[in-house]
Amino acid sequence: MGFARDTRIVFDREFAPVPRQPVGLAFAMLQPLLFLLLFGSLLAGSGAGEGGAAAWQWFVPGVLLMMCLFGPMQAGYSLLMEAIGGSLERLLVTPLNRAALLTGRVLKEFVILLVQAALLVVVALPMGFRPHLAGVFAGLALLVVLGVGLGSLSFVLAIASKPSGTIFYLVTQTVLFPLVLLSGVLLPLGSAPAWMRAAAAVNPLRYVVDAERALFAGRFGAAAVPYGLVAAGVLAAVGLLAGVRAMRRAV
Amino acid sequence: MIHARKLAKSFTVRRRRVDAVRCLDLDVGAGQLVAFLGPNGAGKSTCLRMLTSLIRPTSGTATVAGRDIVADPAGVRARIGYVGQRNGMGESNRVLDELVTQGRCYGLDRTAARRRAHEMLDLLDLADVAARGPGTLSGGQRRRVDIALGLVHRPPLLFLDEPSTGLDPRGRAEIWAYISRLRAEHGTTLFLTTHYLEEADAMAERVIVIDHGEVIADGTAARLKSDLAGDQITVTTTGEGDAASAAELAGRTGEAAVDGVTVRVRVPDAAAALPGYLRALDAAGVKVAGAETARPTLDDVFLALTGRSIDDTSA
Repeated sequence: MGFARDTRIVFDREFAPVPRQPVGLAFAMLQPLLFLLLFGSLLAGSGAGEGGAAAWQWFVPGVLLMMCLFGPMQAGYSLLMEAIGGSLERLLVTPLNRAALLTGRVLKEFVILLVQAALLVVVALPMGFRPHLAGVFAGLALLVVLGVGLGSLSFVLAIASKPSGTIFYLVTQTVLFPLVLLSGVLLPLGSAPAWMRAAAAVNPLRYVVDAERALFAGRFGAAAVPYGLVAAGVLAAVGLLAGVRAMRRAV
Repeated sequence: MIHARKLAKSFTVRRRRVDAVRCLDLDVGAGQLVAFLGPNGAGKSTCLRMLTSLIRPTSGTATVAGRDIVADPAGVRARIGYVGQRNGMGESNRVLDELVTQGRCYGLDRTAARRRAHEMLDLLDLADVAARGPGTLSGGQRRRVDIALGLVHRPPLLFLDEPSTGLDPRGRAEIWAYISRLRAEHGTTLFLTTHYLEEADAMAERVIVIDHGEVIADGTAARLKSDLAGDQITVTTTGEGDAASAAELAGRTGEAAVDGVTVRVRVPDAAAALPGYLRALDAAGVKVAGAETARPTLDDVFLALTGRSIDDTSA
């Protein structure tokens, strides 16, 4: 039984309830747009970073990456809910591929993210955002790899926080925000003090967002691209490995 | 169907080693209905989880449905069904969708999985709730969905972990009706755990009692009861002196215990022993106010084996 086939099965199972909750879906779509309009407009006006139309070039990939942080976190949490109930155990007794349980879930979050991304790009266009088409696709593919890693790691965290799930909330709430700021997703790190830049240097997200910006601009040969690929790839490999291990302890 | 040799599992909890299952030898033939009996914490679920490949044993070997649980867990998974203690449906999924998913997990294509899902709905009388989520189902319906999920791929061997726990008496009777039907129609081998003794007594042809991670008795319910507990004669006398004499007389045929004016005697066959015992009491001049016989329950078996009642050992 193939990994791809099993991923598809998990994806189908996860995705089926989505169209049944149109209101939730509408809000999920609206959120990043509001964020883009409010935060992005402030940023473009303030002259932080590169200012003007170029600010959108810089900012839109960052917002996408931030969304990519939150979606897979959801995937980990929903898997925790299934581990607390009996449905994860039930699926683990079938011949279903273990890693597919993680990837299928993350991909579901991703389809939603893709629609959000498309909306985001369309809304940003009249404001001066000029993406490179092939670059956008490459950038989204890179986000999928990152999402698999983050989603799996969030699952590991979710399992560690069993049975109540409190630790999961505490850690994600505490870690997510510094992680975002230390990656230069929202505000450029150029003006940051030296200690912050040092901290950012070990933040894998920072490399991924740099790669995203290069890709969205169509600069495929930029040095940031391989760094981002390696950072996302390592996160995905470590995440999947730890996630499959955690699943043994999950039931 | 199941062959286990020296199967053991220990966990480390707060740096202390806990031997959940010590040394399990087990052979279950095809078509049997086996009840695995023991108090909470006896190691029932741990055993089941090892046999269903959910966890690896610390030591020992086992083959389930012809496959080794350590060397070929995927082979085991493809050949067994498992109904866990908790409900197997996802909170935001629907009954029919979950059954189709489950079929696909076992390698069926969409069309075949859909057809099989509908067969399961019919088999377990769930057609009316096919489009519902778990939140709107009754406890009994949810349990039936769990069983349907365990049967989608028509496994020759089905494990059930406390299939009737948490249900009202009617729900329990329903679940048992389905389980019995399944066996009659498909010859499925059933291996289940329960702590409802009367259920094991009425339904299983073989009862395995486990305590502290070890099998302490194995046989038919009737055999266990006659070997380990025996019938009981209860005689009420008119005075404590009479009771003492009655106990002394009973000492020749069985084991007697005195409680006030009441004497309880364990004998292999109470109905046959009672007339003779009463005649002997009469001959000895012991006045008897009342007498009754009782068949033993599995709880008596458990008491005889461990010195504890199965219900007050929630350790």
